[in-house]
Order: sequence, then structure tokens, then C-alpha cells
Amino acid sequence: MTAFVLRRLLLTLPTILGVALLTFLLFNAFGPDPVRVALGQHATPEAIANLRRLWGLDQSLPAQFLGFLQQIVTFDYGKSFVTGEDLGTQLKDGALVSLSVTAPPFFVGGAVNVALALFIARWREGLTDKVSRALFIAGMSISGLVYVLVLQYLLAYKLGLFPISGYVRGPGAVAYLALPWLILLLISMGPDIRLYRTLFLDEAGADYVRTARSKGATEGRVLLRHVLPNAWIPIITNNVTSIPFLILGSFLMERFFSIPGIGSLTIDALSRGDLPILKAVTVLGAMALVLFNLLSDLLYAWADPRVRLS
Amino acid sequence: MTWQSLLRALWRGPQSRVCLLVLAMFAAIAIAGHTGFLPDHEANVGGSQDLPSWHWATLLGTDVLGRSVFFRVLAGAQTAVTIGFITTVLVIPFGTALGLAAGYFGGWVDAFITWLYSVVVSIPDILLITAISYSLGRGIESMCVALAATSWVGIMRLVRGEVLKHKGKEYVLAARVLGAGPGRIMFGEILPNVTHVGIVTSSLVLLGAVKAEVILTYLGIGVQDGASWGLLISGASQDLTNDIWWPLAGTVSAMFLLIYSLSVVGDSLRDALDPRVG
Repeated sequence: MTAFVLRRLLLTLPTILGVALLTFLLFNAFGPDPVRVALGQHATPEAIANLRRLWGLDQSLPAQFLGFLQQIVTFDYGKSFVTGEDLGTQLKDGALVSLSVTAPPFFVGGAVNVALALFIARWREGLTDKVSRALFIAGMSISGLVYVLVLQYLLAYKLGLFPISGYVRGPGAVAYLALPWLILLLISMGPDIRLYRTLFLDEAGADYVRTARSKGATEGRVLLRHVLPNAWIPIITNNVTSIPFLILGSFLMERFFSIPGIGSLTIDALSRGDLPILKAVTVLGAMALVLFNLLSDLLYAWADPRVRLS
Repeated sequence: MTWQSLLRALWRGPQSRVCLLVLAMFAAIAIAGHTGFLPDHEANVGGSQDLPSWHWATLLGTDVLGRSVFFRVLAGAQTAVTIGFITTVLVIPFGTALGLAAGYFGGWVDAFITWLYSVVVSIPDILLITAISYSLGRGIESMCVALAATSWVGIMRLVRGEVLKHKGKEYVLAARVLGAGPGRIMFGEILPNVTHVGIVTSSLVLLGAVKAEVILTYLGIGVQDGASWGLLISGASQDLTNDIWWPLAGTVSAMFLLIYSLSVVGDSLRDALDPRVG
């Protein structure tokens, strides 16, 4: 077990190095000059040289890359080009805000969607199943952007149930977050319920299910006591791998409702040429993804003894 | 499966038949746009914010500047279809070639391509797209490159897996005994047996690119000029607060038609070609 974890962690090193190299090439080597972006077309050569030295862009590219690797190892990504603030606190605050947007609908949605998928699987091929399938396919054909627009218009603007947009820190945030939560929950329903339904029906054809039925178990008991425990494994591992995306936040929600999470931070940094933020978010996002994929594999092996770690 | 029998399978169900016709219509709109047959979407056709009426130009009303919403939706369709098409045309040959090479040669070629794969799947798509859009600037071309850079990984992995299955089969060994080189075996012998992966994946890539274009453009990462559904929607969101619903309704209906048809045809393709299903 320990040997497996260690080997997998070692194997992620070349991947992370590759991520660092690709990120560095895209931003520092091929991208537009951030000094020009910040100072505009009419800057004096002196001002340009000063700013370049201040931001460490006067060094050779290999030296800059080594500096970037050092930042990755020490988790110290330096300061923002634009505000001069320390990135550590900025990213931590942003991640917490993003989590406050994405985490509640993730957990509530998980429970609601599993329950609804069980209900649909119980009456599979019946009217509920057919109507819901048509509804989900139609619902998934509408861009997420449209849900955001229409629900904000109807619920916040017309009915005044929610504030239109904005964010405050502390418990007062709930009022602003309720509508984004509702929208994220609705958007997750179509794809998640369809996936869970397939997982349940895959299990429903297994021999142990037939055995349970032949012993006289009711359809509800078969689903809850026999199918659900076996289908948990893919459901949980599937959800674990999406945790990094919770920290990253929903770019669309944050942009639309002016919520200052990682998504807003990234988009603002893009328009200002704030390279340290962009590079830090990219590398940290990739590291989180790699880590949670490993965690998901471990969970899988732990929950299903047939899967051996080799 | 031949092309004729594939088309026949798609033509069988009424729903899939209608959707195929809708896709053909969208393709025709895009081609008309690129050959200059679409009406000018920047021209004035009426007053400011006219309601929809039974006339070709004002079918979906007009916007603040008196421009035809219908013509603007058509121009947006052209952009969406173009981006979807170019992305797919970039992704499928690139991903297939890498998958063929990784599966067939193994060794360090496989190690390198798998490493590249692991690097790209490790970066969340939205961040890689942001990085590429910073690097190449914003516009239709860089958007296609960015979407292609995030979506070649799926087909590469599938093709590599298929090649590993086929590599040891008798027909490949027979070809090798007859003196065929690696290029001949990969492209002449194995490739025809994995084309179904390419066809099914291309419908998914096309669908993903069309959906992503709208959201990325809305976020300000995508297309910058006036002819995108993402920009139309972001303009329509301001109109909505003045009870002007037709720009939004028109854009959303067009988007729905395209995305729904792509999903249905993609599903039928998968049913017809994927041996694991049905």
C-alpha cells in the first residue's frame, strides 16, 4: 500500500514538471509581453526596463523557468504584478469563496440526484423514466448560460426573491449565494442523474440481484440494500475526482454574479496580463487534479477488494 | 460498416432523420456565410428594438441599433459551426495519429505520447484554454487551437487502446510477414479497423466545441467581434431587464436546435458503430 502510494506520487513528478514547462512556455515564452500590456504603447524605454527588472523578466528564459520551479516546490508564488499583493493570501481567499459557491450544491446535489436516480431506476422504462429522459436530454441541450440568465431574470429581477448579484464576506453571503446554488444544482441534475441511472441499471442485471429477487425481496429492497451499496463505488470515485473543480470554482457563476472567487481572479488576471496569478492557478489546479485522481484510485481499491494495487 | 449502411442507420429513426436535416441546414448556413450569401448582420433593417414580425429580416425583431436579430443569429450560427468544424478537423487526425503511433511502436514513443497526454489531462480544461488564449490572442483561430489542445486526449487514448488489441491479431502478423512496413501496417491495416472510434469521437468533439464557444466567448476568453452566440446572449441579458425577450429567445432556440440535433445524431452514431452498445 505505502509502496504503491509512493510509486504513484513519484510517477506524478514528470507530469507536474511537464505542466510547469507547458504553463511557462505558454505564458512567458509565447505570450504577449506583460510589461507592454501594463504600460501601454507610449511607455518610455526606461520605465519598461525598470518594470521588467522589478518583475524578474530581465533574466534569461531558463533562469526564469528555474525560478518558477522553485516557486512550485516552495508553494510561494510571489506577488501579483498588478496589485503587488502576496499571492498566497489572495489564492486562499479566492479558493474559500469559490468553495462557498460550489460545495453546498455539490453535496446537496449528490444526495438529491442519487435519490432521484434510484426513483427513476425503480420504475425504469415506465412513464417517469421516459418523460425524465426526454426532459434531461432537452435540458442538457440548453447552454448553462441560459439557465443563469433566465433564472436570474425570473427569480431575482421579476420576483425579487434573491439579490441580483454581488457578494459579502461572512454569513451574509448566503443571501447572495442562494441563487447560484440553485442554478448549479439544476445544471448538475441532467448529466448526474443519467449517469447514476446507468450505474444502477448496470448492477441491476447482475446475478446477486436475481438471487435477491428469487428469495422474495421487494424491488425497493433490492435497489436499496443490494444495488445501491455496489453502485456507491463508482459514484464516490467519480465525485472525488471533481473536488478540484469545486476549489477552482464555477467561472460562469462567479463572472455572472460578481463573486470574487478563483474564477473571477483568473479572468481578471487574464485581461491585465497578471502572469503570476495565471501561472499559480494553472499549476495548483493541475496538482490538485493529480492528487485527487490518486485519492480516487486508492478509494476504489479500498472499497472493492477485487481491485489490486499493482 | 460501409458509409452507405452508416447513413442508412442514421436515416432510420424519424427523430434522427429530422436532426440530420437540421445539421445539414446549419452546415448550409455556415457555407453560405463563408461564400458571402448571408445577409449583412450589421446593416439597419428597422427601428430600435422592433417586435418580431412576418418579414424575413425582422422574423426575430431588431436590436437596440435596429439590426436584424435573425441575421445576427445566423452569423452566430456560422461562427459556432465553423469553430466546431475546424476544431474537429484538427483533433481527429492529430489524436488518431498519436494514438496509432503510441499503440503500435510502444517503448519510448509510447512513453512520450502518454506523458504528453498526462500533462494535458492534468490541467483543468478552462485553465489550459485561458493559457492558450493569453498566448495566441483572442479570436476564432486561437479558440479552435485551444479547444483542439484540450480535446485530442480522448481519441488518442481510445485509438491507442484499440491498436494494442489489434497489434497481435493474425491479419497484422500476415501483413508483416508479407513485408509491410510500420506505416503501411498502421495506416493501411489497423486504421480502417479503428475509424469507428474517430467517427463517434468527432460527434462528441463537435458538440463540446459548440457548447464551449458560447460560454468562453461570454467569459471574454473567446471570439471578440460581433458574430457569436455568446456575445448575442450577453447583450440579450441587458435587454431582458427592459422586457425585450426576442434576442434571447431567438439565440437560445437556434442554439438548442443545433446542440439537440448534434446530441441525437451523435447517439445514433454511437448505437450504430459502438460494438459495446446494443
